[in-house]
Amino acid sequence: MEFWQKLLAIDRRIIFIFVAFAIIVPLFIIAPPGFLKKIDVSLPVQSLYDYVENLPPGSKIMIAFDYDPPTTPELQPMAVSFLKHCFTKDLKVIMLGLWPQGPVQAQFAMEREILVDEKIKAKNLQYGIDYVNLGFQAGNEFVILRMGTDIAAAFPVDYFGTRTKEIPLMKDVKNFDNIRLVYNISAGYPGTYEWVIFAGDRFGVKIAGGNTAVQYPHNSPYVQTGQLVGLLGGMAGAAGYEKVSGYLGKATKYMLSQAVSHAMVIFFIILGNLAYFITRGRKV
Amino acid sequence: MGAFLTLGIISFLYKDNPWYKFCEALFVGISAGYWFCTVFWSQFVAKLWDNIYPTAGQPRQYVYLVGGILGLMMLLRLVPKIGWFSRWPLAFVVGGTAGAYLIGYALSNGMKQVKSTILPLWVSGNLNATVGNIILVVGTFCGLIYFFFSKEQKGTYGKVAKLGIFFLMITFGASFGYTVMARMSLLIGRMDFLFGTWLGLIK
Repeated sequence: MEFWQKLLAIDRRIIFIFVAFAIIVPLFIIAPPGFLKKIDVSLPVQSLYDYVENLPPGSKIMIAFDYDPPTTPELQPMAVSFLKHCFTKDLKVIMLGLWPQGPVQAQFAMEREILVDEKIKAKNLQYGIDYVNLGFQAGNEFVILRMGTDIAAAFPVDYFGTRTKEIPLMKDVKNFDNIRLVYNISAGYPGTYEWVIFAGDRFGVKIAGGNTAVQYPHNSPYVQTGQLVGLLGGMAGAAGYEKVSGYLGKATKYMLSQAVSHAMVIFFIILGNLAYFITRGRKV
Repeated sequence: MGAFLTLGIISFLYKDNPWYKFCEALFVGISAGYWFCTVFWSQFVAKLWDNIYPTAGQPRQYVYLVGGILGLMMLLRLVPKIGWFSRWPLAFVVGGTAGAYLIGYALSNGMKQVKSTILPLWVSGNLNATVGNIILVVGTFCGLIYFFFSKEQKGTYGKVAKLGIFFLMITFGASFGYTVMARMSLLIGRMDFLFGTWLGLIK
């Protein structure tokens, strides 16, 4: 059996080993400054950043954490860099989740990344005044519809069991009319699509999204129509937001692994096609 | 524990084995248990029980019993003789969801998307916008033609449909590329956990 035919019959586990190396080795390498400069800030990422940047201090932002631990490598960096940007701009943040584990991810982001950050510490953030976690509410898109008329009715108590109406930050918040932007970080259903239909188009609140890469092509048409203010797609989108906001975090760190593993996949696709066309029509 | 389970799941890449089976069964079992508890506390207790038996001073809201009865009827599916009862709550769910989506879907995915494809094919002084608009309009038109099967796709009509296939293939290719990125991201996250959080080798 000649070389190209052997290549076509290669054990898939050998390819797995190559891909594993392509991911693991770059994790040990500090990316050169030239690589960081090449991280792309796409138009939807830039427009989300610009929108937040131009909001007056004290504006209320809602963040819907609609994901769970399996997708945290992609989505948690989107949450962290966005939260840092909001708090640096002195915006008030209302967090919630239509996924049961979403508000837990919000707590992780606050406790492990935001409240320990030196720049944010100086702001002396107070729970209930500067930010609040309303917790999880079952009901998917129907919760969004309810929030359109009364947020406190949809989320009667917060993550810690305090009545929503008794939280200082929520006293002036009746419905979406009092929210300047809903930023939905989503890994599926319910997610950005539901927020666009039931909150953005129905009640007129501005919506932005942070999606897993799988979802990104599905939701990107809503950017062109203006139904989404901005959209972050996968790890590349998260790294783009980290770059533009200046808070380099895990997404930027992971991008070298992402780039090398993609190069490896492209290399194998080209190699496989070469082997196929060279051996086409030959008997094995 | 996290490392043990992660390695157990990854071991499937070599071949199916008892370690993987154990991790898989554990994951399915814990997920089912977690969802049962979540649904019980966030729906049965929070939405039904707490409204029928509220804390002192709060009025009882018997309207929530309607939901409770519909939920009970859904469970009757488990009793074959009276299983037909479950069709009522099912009809309620299907009807309610269809009603909620009807207007939203027509507006968000119909009107607004169609409106955004009605674009000028010549934007004076902006070549990028001109090319972009032409691609968008031609791509949308050709893609729609491909899905119109009432006329045989041959001649000029067939060529337009074939161009539509090219646009669809590019779209699927982009989706595939993003899917690869998503899967790689998950693996990167796990590797960072193993070599960073667990072994402490990555700073």
